[in-house]
Amino acid sequence: MNLNTLWEYANPKKFIQTTDRVLPWVAGLAALTLGAGLVWGFFFTPDDYRQGSTVKIIYLHVPSALMAINAWLMMLITSLVWIVRRHHVSALAARAAAPVGLVMTLIALLTGAIWGQPMWGTWWAWDPRLTSFLILFLFYLGYIALWAAIENDDTAADLTSILCLVGSVFALLSRYAVNFWNQGLHQGASLSVAPGERMAMTFKLPLYVSMAGFVLLFVALVLMRTRTEIRARRLRVLIARQRMEHA
Amino acid sequence: MRAGGGFGLGLSFFLIVVVLVPFSVGPQNALLAEIAPGVLWLGALLACLLSLDRIFALDWEDGSLDLLATSPLPMEAIVSVKALAHWLTTGLPLVLAAPVLGLLLSLPQEGYRWVIISLFLGTPALSVIGTFGAALTVGLKRGGLLLSLLVLPLYVPTLIFGAEVARRGAEGLAVTTPLLLLAGITCGTIALLPFASAAVLRVNLR
Repeated sequence: MNLNTLWEYANPKKFIQTTDRVLPWVAGLAALTLGAGLVWGFFFTPDDYRQGSTVKIIYLHVPSALMAINAWLMMLITSLVWIVRRHHVSALAARAAAPVGLVMTLIALLTGAIWGQPMWGTWWAWDPRLTSFLILFLFYLGYIALWAAIENDDTAADLTSILCLVGSVFALLSRYAVNFWNQGLHQGASLSVAPGERMAMTFKLPLYVSMAGFVLLFVALVLMRTRTEIRARRLRVLIARQRMEHA
Repeated sequence: MRAGGGFGLGLSFFLIVVVLVPFSVGPQNALLAEIAPGVLWLGALLACLLSLDRIFALDWEDGSLDLLATSPLPMEAIVSVKALAHWLTTGLPLVLAAPVLGLLLSLPQEGYRWVIISLFLGTPALSVIGTFGAALTVGLKRGGLLLSLLVLPLYVPTLIFGAEVARRGAEGLAVTTPLLLLAGITCGTIALLPFASAAVLRVNLR
């Protein structure tokens, strides 16, 4: 019929076909880099002279924090694509990414707390970075809850997309608001192009590898979850059709 | 707002929250005076939240929201007026009640002015943001809890700057920076958020 229906039916199929081939590679590569980065970081780097071996939690903390933000960024982009192009896979990818982002945020918060206890002497402080991650966590919760609450798929996609856009603005506002509200305990950026006190190469290289591992892991999980969402939706349509025939 | 009891309900809720605070933290006047600005802001915010689901619920149930949607008025104007109505019936009474409740919390003398000013500046933003949340959840049965979950994170910047104005004012510090930021948040939300609320409402009325 028109282009709209072409998008609707052709793309999920093509998406499944493409990811059928791509997914094993991405997943394998994710396992490889993640394993390599973590093993390298945990067992083959020297202890920090001030922080001892606790510093090694950085190989989980930094990559998960990175992905917590990037997952939201990805949801923002896919939400925009859905609003503009009505591309169903896009909306489903945003839906698939949200729980992954939520878990990444949780990992960043938990590893941060475990790291903070010996280093700062406290599990939690109302530091701007910690606080904004907690707020991000709440945004993820709200987004996922809204998806779960609405029955109609298209309505849910529309509403969550707009929530994602509005939420992004407010998340950014909150980030700067908490900066204003409390001075930080958290150290500055560990990786930056700006000059200043930075990590040595021996720590940096395994960190880069585990960051790549987390990115690949995220991609693999989102692809997998998006495929599941597509199939779940197909299943629902099939069940509904069957009911119609029997009724 | 018809037959919703929104007017009295929000106010009573505000009163109850403030009355419960001394029971939970103890009756020391010095401690209460210190946390009074924050408690007043939190109480006002929660009272605001309580009445949000009434913004569209009754109009949704009896179908007048569909009539409003087909009227020549743009949807953006409808949600703006709805937010204004919510502010007039909930936000404004809270602002007026705050000094009286401040008395109960032994708010310092200098604090009254800034609590009133910050609430007066900040509660419109709470109403506009809340209207967005209400528009998101309008079609849902028992959407109240979800509404809170969606709206509370969006309230963070407003609460931070509003409570900061009140706190600094009560301590006799300079308030210009948070005051301007609070005003900026309010103006920004009034200017931009009705578009999002209208878009969401259109989806829900489809």
